[in-house]
Amino acid sequence: MTAVKGQQDQYFAHFAALEERLSGTEPEWLRAVRKSAIERFGDLGFPTTRDEEWRFTSVAPIARRAFRPPPERVSPADARFGQSERADFAHCTLLVFVNGRYVEELASPNGLPAGVRVRSLRAALASEPETLEPHLARYVPFERNAFAALNTALMEDGAFVEVGKDVALERPIYLLFLAAPLPGKSAPAAYHPRNLIVVGRGSQATVVEHYLSAGGAGYFTNAVTEAVVGDNARLDYTKVQQESGDAYHIATVQVHQARFSSVTTRVVALGGVLNREDTCTVLDGEGAESLLQGLYVIHGRQHVDNHTTIDHAQPHCSSRELYKGVLDGASNGVFNGKIIVRRGAQKTDSKQSNKNLLLSESAVINTKPQLEIYADDVKCTHGATIGQMDPEAVFYLRSRGIGLEEARAMLIEAFANDILDRIPLAPLRTRLQRALTDKLAAKGQPAGTGASPAGERVSVLVEEA
Amino acid sequence: MLEIKDLHVSVGDHEILRGVDLKVGRGEVHAIMGPNGSGKSTLAQVLAGRDVYTVTSGEVIFEGKDLLVMAPEDRAREGIFLAFQYPVEIPGVSNLYFLRSALNTIRKARGLEEIDAMDFLKLARDKMKLLDMDENLMQRPVNEGFSGGEKKRNEIFQMAILEPRLAILDETDSGLDIDALKIVANGVNALRSPERAIVVVTHYQRLLNYIVPDVVHVLYDGRIVRSGDKRLALELEEKGYGWLEDDRQLSAAGR
Amino acid sequence: MPTPVSNVEELANQEYKYGFVTEIETDSVPPGLSEEIIRLIAAKKREPDWLLEWRLKSYRYWLTMKEPTWANVHYPPIPYQDYVYYVAPKSAASGSKQIDPELLRTYEKLGIPLQERELLAGVAVDAVFDSVSVATTFKDKLKEMGIIFCSFSEAVQEHPDLVRKWLGSVVPYTDNFFATLNSAVFSDGSFCYVPKGVRCPMELSTYFRINAKNSGQFERTLIIADEGAYVSYLEGCTAPMRDTHQLHAAVVELIALDNATIKYSTVQNWYPGDKQGRGGIYNFVTKRGKCLGKNSKISWTQVETGSAITWKYPSCILQGEGSVGEFYSVALTNHYQQADTGTKMIHIGKNTKSTIVSKGISAGHGQNSYRGMVKILQGAQNARNYSQCDSLLLGDQCGAHTFPYLEVRNPTATVEHEASTSKIGEDQIFYCRQRGISTEDAVSMIVNGFCKQVFKELPMEFAVEAQKLLSVSLEGSVG
Repeated sequence: MTAVKGQQDQYFAHFAALEERLSGTEPEWLRAVRKSAIERFGDLGFPTTRDEEWRFTSVAPIARRAFRPPPERVSPADARFGQSERADFAHCTLLVFVNGRYVEELASPNGLPAGVRVRSLRAALASEPETLEPHLARYVPFERNAFAALNTALMEDGAFVEVGKDVALERPIYLLFLAAPLPGKSAPAAYHPRNLIVVGRGSQATVVEHYLSAGGAGYFTNAVTEAVVGDNARLDYTKVQQESGDAYHIATVQVHQARFSSVTTRVVALGGVLNREDTCTVLDGEGAESLLQGLYVIHGRQHVDNHTTIDHAQPHCSSRELYKGVLDGASNGVFNGKIIVRRGAQKTDSKQSNKNLLLSESAVINTKPQLEIYADDVKCTHGATIGQMDPEAVFYLRSRGIGLEEARAMLIEAFANDILDRIPLAPLRTRLQRALTDKLAAKGQPAGTGASPAGERVSVLVEEA
Repeated sequence: MLEIKDLHVSVGDHEILRGVDLKVGRGEVHAIMGPNGSGKSTLAQVLAGRDVYTVTSGEVIFEGKDLLVMAPEDRAREGIFLAFQYPVEIPGVSNLYFLRSALNTIRKARGLEEIDAMDFLKLARDKMKLLDMDENLMQRPVNEGFSGGEKKRNEIFQMAILEPRLAILDETDSGLDIDALKIVANGVNALRSPERAIVVVTHYQRLLNYIVPDVVHVLYDGRIVRSGDKRLALELEEKGYGWLEDDRQLSAAGR
Repeated sequence: MPTPVSNVEELANQEYKYGFVTEIETDSVPPGLSEEIIRLIAAKKREPDWLLEWRLKSYRYWLTMKEPTWANVHYPPIPYQDYVYYVAPKSAASGSKQIDPELLRTYEKLGIPLQERELLAGVAVDAVFDSVSVATTFKDKLKEMGIIFCSFSEAVQEHPDLVRKWLGSVVPYTDNFFATLNSAVFSDGSFCYVPKGVRCPMELSTYFRINAKNSGQFERTLIIADEGAYVSYLEGCTAPMRDTHQLHAAVVELIALDNATIKYSTVQNWYPGDKQGRGGIYNFVTKRGKCLGKNSKISWTQVETGSAITWKYPSCILQGEGSVGEFYSVALTNHYQQADTGTKMIHIGKNTKSTIVSKGISAGHGQNSYRGMVKILQGAQNARNYSQCDSLLLGDQCGAHTFPYLEVRNPTATVEHEASTSKIGEDQIFYCRQRGISTEDAVSMIVNGFCKQVFKELPMEFAVEAQKLLSVSLEGSVG
């Protein structure tokens, strides 16, 4: 416990340094928020597995480690960001962040329609902090969530997306967060990217937030995104986590929905060694709809924990949730899906499903639905499956001349495509499908486990074929 | 066609409509706007015969008949159609079967012959095209598993099949994206005719860019406080409903 | 908020249609339960000694047992000593080949023809009246194919080896309080054996009728499908309206050998009691099937609308590799009816698969509990289960409860569970009415839609019957 406390102090030092650097340039409300956040972090400390919300995920590796604050300066040259990526996302409004900082030279804001602004948070904080005040840190419950508190205390940059009313934004907004190697032999850094997405009444937007390793190692990303979606507005939000294999990634996505709004969140986790995703949406207006999707494909000793909370605060709202996982090696998955139906949120219609494909005997998944229902006229269903690949399906493909490995890959892709197919950006979809295939091919390497001989056993998941 | 006179409606002790007067003529399109809780949906539901509301006084005359004494199904057979704000799911009952039963009871009431399954399918296909609907929605249970937008589209599809004399659209635009909004508006516009009246209840001006009303009414606090042409909707959009509050106090003071 | 249960409640409230009493001369034993009574029953049936011994063993064991209290049902103590354990129409008891015309009329009234008529040529019927089977149709035709379909008593006389081999092999006499009681006093029931490779060409059915006052019916049904055989079996039940509670404690055992399939459907419409909860049948039934052979399959479908209390868990023991168990259920409780019903799926063999679809409907003051267990044992590699459990509430005085139990001891299992509870709303009915559909049609549309997944599992003739039954049972209750 003391060891953990010791490393906790480094963040107070980061905070002190940041305060000094900002030296009173920030408005009072923001200073107050940061201050209460760092105090809250001090009180909460890093969670332990005794905490029900963290029962299956130990963050001790993060708590024990020394991280340096993000470097103050970055240059475009730090990132291995090539022409191909650029071409892929040419039709998007692209913002690129390297090691936690917005890099203007890499961005292509593209022509945005009237009423839409996409800026770096840092720029907005510097020039027009008042535009952030109504929303920033108003939604994410940092009083209960130590990592969100830490982020709120130390946030410096990220994206601020503002869509006015009645604008149907055609180009997706692409937020790319690259982790590049740091100069010299310094300790790895802790990054606290912070995004705010505000979609006004009757508007439509598509946002992708992509975390990608560009050669960095051992670093810690602690991200928070808040999204506020107005009456009748729509948001399609995809978060992709492809950090380096030894990185830590903790993220909270907090969505607030108004009347008849419609939001899709899609969380795809492929990288990192320890990853926790808290995805929460509050349906706070009648007739709102929410679709939550997730995909985690992990192997070796990877650990991915998805905690979702769907808070039905008003009547006549619907939510659909589908999270799918593919686990190989000695990887560890956690899914905890909480659905809250508040008193008075009658006619709630909620459906949750978590499906897992275990490819090895050493992989473990803990899945748990958690329903808290305080209204009496509601429809809530939940289901979970854990299973292995259907040997009959594998055999069928093989009997048609397809090799064993290929047959397995095919079935796994089909399983994952349920989620990937809905990504509204074709180039990203293709990239992820490729990443998935590569990842499965890399599985042949010893992952330090008694990985099962391919396709021997097992059942399952020939659902909704 | 429709005349509402000094309509007062309550739920329990709470009075929601406090003297609504409205006249809608054949072939006309009326928009009723107003903030949340102003009584828009109540008015729509009362016209369709929802019995959780108590009409405490006033009358509603539809084509010369007293509408308030009729059962909901009789009103439907007389030609009143309500596109619901929250279309209801009926698991296990296919859309097609449901709609054919509805159409046939209405046809029977009008002295027409029942339509057989084959002819109905043909009719349904035609109307589905109008609303750019996926055909498999027809085989699925009524509204079950439909997205919010699909449900709203299904309402207008039903309206197209049932060919009502008076259609009341209760916030049909809510929850639609721009493309779906255009399709739904097209569907509604295709059903405009000199014989048919349409009452559009909406929260937002946006819909009225696509379904252009002849008359716009503002319902506020259980009364129609203003009527005008489509410019009224734009004015409202610009100034917000707070403006009405001031306006109402002014007019009250001026009395 | 809208007040549910309004105008629809005033719908015509049709009485239980099958509540008439048949006046007929009977042969019965005195009320009460003792070894003497059991000996008397066995003597009346001219049973072999081994069976009498089995009965006595059961009875002695029963004396040591306690009535179970875990079910979510409530009733006053049952006066076991007041019941009459054997009642038979005189004509049947005397062994006469002629069916008493009064009985014929009774079954005619119930819509069950005991004459082999063209119209219902697809169904063979075994009719059980109080404690005995009074007729079995199409016996000869079935015999040509080697299928044995007869009353249990006849099977004891004609096919003692088969009976002795399988009786108690699925539900042992020690199984549970009511099954043990049944083992001691069972009087008749149906017996069916379908030989290797034979696909039974018609639906077999048993029609149970409890007529006598203060009697209990304790029938025992045993169905064996040999390798590759197929049989579809239906069961229907009714009883007169009486203001005391009659007891029905039956046992059904099914055995499916390699590649055999048994489909067992029940439409249970015992007298449910009146609107104040007076009278009605206590229906405490043990039904279990054993998928003994490879790739065998047992499928239970039940529509439970009757009885004051239903306590029933048709289950499957999935022992054979690749065997399949299914349970499809609609249980309806109206007025003061109580149902605690569900299933057990015990996965023992590899690649076994089970499906559970349960639809509970509660109206009036009815209480409806789903209780289901899925157990996957260590050796059940790649077992799969899918459970779906939906409850529909009509009104706000009734209750729906769900008790799923899941025990998985093999990590390769796939288990999926879905559950929902919803109220049939005024809003659903209003929606239909707004489209011109009358309240009556709307209610029947909504309820039948809710049960569709189960009804489609029933044989055609029964599905139509079940739909009608449901509408009748719900009349006067839907809000």
